[in-house]
Amino acid sequence: MEDTASQPSTRLQQLGRTLQSSWRSVVVGLPFFWLLLFFLIPFAIVLKISFAESLIASPPFSTLLQWGEDGALNLRILFDNFKFLAEDELYLNTYLNSLKVALISTIWCLLIGYPIAYAIVRSDPATKNVLLMLIILPFWTSFLLRVYAWMGLLADQGTINSFLIWLGIIDEPIRLLYSQFAVYIGIVYSYLPFMILPLYANMEKLDMSLHEAASDLGAKPITTFLTVTLPLTLPGIVAGSLLVFIPATGEYVIPDLLGGGNVLMIGNVLFNEFNSNHDWPVASAVAIVLLIVLVAPMMLYQRMQSRESAAH
Amino acid sequence: MSQAAETVDRPWLDADAQPFIKIRGMTKRFGDFTAVDNVDLDIYKGELFSLLGGSGCGKSTLLRMMAGFESPTAGTVHIDGTLMNEIPAYERPVNMMFQSYALFPHMTVAKNVAYGLVRDGLGKSEVTKRVDEMLDMVELGDFSKRKPHQLSGGQQQRVALARALVKRPKVLLLDEPLGALDKRLREQTQFELMNLQEELGVTFVVVTHDQEEAMTLSTRIAVMDQGKFMQIGTPTEIYETPDSRHVASFIGSTNIFQGFVVENKPDHVLVQSRRDDSLFYIDHGLDVQENAKVWVAIRPEKIRLSKTPPKKAGPNQLSGIVQDIGYLGRMSTYKVKLTNDKIVEITHPNQVRPKSGEHLADWEEKVYLSWEPTSAVVLTK
Repeated sequence: MEDTASQPSTRLQQLGRTLQSSWRSVVVGLPFFWLLLFFLIPFAIVLKISFAESLIASPPFSTLLQWGEDGALNLRILFDNFKFLAEDELYLNTYLNSLKVALISTIWCLLIGYPIAYAIVRSDPATKNVLLMLIILPFWTSFLLRVYAWMGLLADQGTINSFLIWLGIIDEPIRLLYSQFAVYIGIVYSYLPFMILPLYANMEKLDMSLHEAASDLGAKPITTFLTVTLPLTLPGIVAGSLLVFIPATGEYVIPDLLGGGNVLMIGNVLFNEFNSNHDWPVASAVAIVLLIVLVAPMMLYQRMQSRESAAH
Repeated sequence: MSQAAETVDRPWLDADAQPFIKIRGMTKRFGDFTAVDNVDLDIYKGELFSLLGGSGCGKSTLLRMMAGFESPTAGTVHIDGTLMNEIPAYERPVNMMFQSYALFPHMTVAKNVAYGLVRDGLGKSEVTKRVDEMLDMVELGDFSKRKPHQLSGGQQQRVALARALVKRPKVLLLDEPLGALDKRLREQTQFELMNLQEELGVTFVVVTHDQEEAMTLSTRIAVMDQGKFMQIGTPTEIYETPDSRHVASFIGSTNIFQGFVVENKPDHVLVQSRRDDSLFYIDHGLDVQENAKVWVAIRPEKIRLSKTPPKKAGPNQLSGIVQDIGYLGRMSTYKVKLTNDKIVEITHPNQVRPKSGEHLADWEEKVYLSWEPTSAVVLTK
């Protein structure tokens, strides 16, 4: 047996190591705890409510676990809410419409964002910083404020209509606000930076000599783009598209303010169920289904990616 | 050897030979910076021509203008008689091997090599046949299904070479082809490149900063500096008869003495050192006035080093104290400090194994230097 008292340095080292490893678990654990508290537990609550029944009470839903009169614990899980969602065409259509709006907006963001990201990557370093700054700059004003600004631009008496009338192109205002078009404008405008930034990060790593190599081997510019640039920027395209598509699907503010109730998206339905109908269980079921619709393709994509990186 | 036979191997000596690549008045400016400054160049079919110079000398820009990646500010390039200026890179009959290799990371080796052939619209079986042939040639037949990042640097280099050669270009442009390889692999690959070039008969234009590489590979070398050619010639010409101090000191190492012409005859020149009275006798005539300021360049390996004084005094003799000895294995270098404080470098092959620590001369020892009249060169610029 060793005399531990004669080796204070070893004990100090041991203490240091213990502290270090516990510090490490704090650093890792803290965000996990945060997510547990403010994401996983709320999610569990929403999930629980989605299996309950609407009541005129406070809280306005039935409890799942109940002590029966015979002293046994009763578990009551109702799938009625999900059944209701499946049966009422309104919900299915709203889901489909949300996905459609999100998909088309994502495609527009990609079509607009891709050339912008490419142009930023190819510009000289000083200009590059200015351009990147300009992309990020809108985040410095409130999102809501920017949507309101679009209302001002698109309104019947708004800037765009007034300008077109002044030019003499139109005689009376055309309907811009409170339309599907306005919702697309709002979503594409708001989410464009989320497309550009991951694309930029991806393209920044692209070796420009690959383009020259393709050209040197006889590829016309369009062929170079399709065979070299596009496949190599695919990770950026996927990342940017997910960052636009996912929040756009659940978007509430833009269809509400710019769509004015004419464009029904799942966020608005959720809001109505919750606030107007006070049907918390159905609202929760709507949220759960939305989550599944969005998470499933993402997990699929991640599985695909990890398989691809495992193949490398 | 007859005159005719000589010009087959050295077409640049034949006044009637048509250059394969003809560059006239080529200039490239980037803003205020002139990368290539009004150069003319003829490269003949089947040559392995090197553009040699330090970084920023314009060699890469010149190569990129031949490939079509940069458009010249002024001047013309003809390849095989066709004016190339307006022809885009993807239609030029040249292929390039990039310094970074620029292999497509998302394609297999076989797909990389096939890329150019597919662009030409060749049939599938023809493409497969030629890709296989080419990969066998660079000994990468077993690696065709790999991705570039699964290969070593040397293998990547060979894929890049195969990809550039598979289209059978009229001219192959190589940008620092061996720069990314380690020394042993580089030496081995140099010879492979030369054999391949000889076998295929393709004209190679190589850009390099490595003078040894240029010397080994090339039929001719153009030494470039600040966008201009300093000298164009065979490796031997460039090394043995440089025509400027810049070329003399850029290619290998050299000792340069400043002096003035005291005697100028058709068959020899006598130059006196500016620092002291030492005389240099060189066995070639020179087109300069007497008393003109000139420089005499002598290669370190062409100087004899002796501990005993020469039998009779004369030109081409110096003496000094050994200041430093560097043992390099196959040879040793001696730095000798002359009486006028100038340091002269001499290299001597280690023909016999020196006994422990024994050298031709020792530190602080007085030594005598001498050389043949054929050994030195007079430079006027």
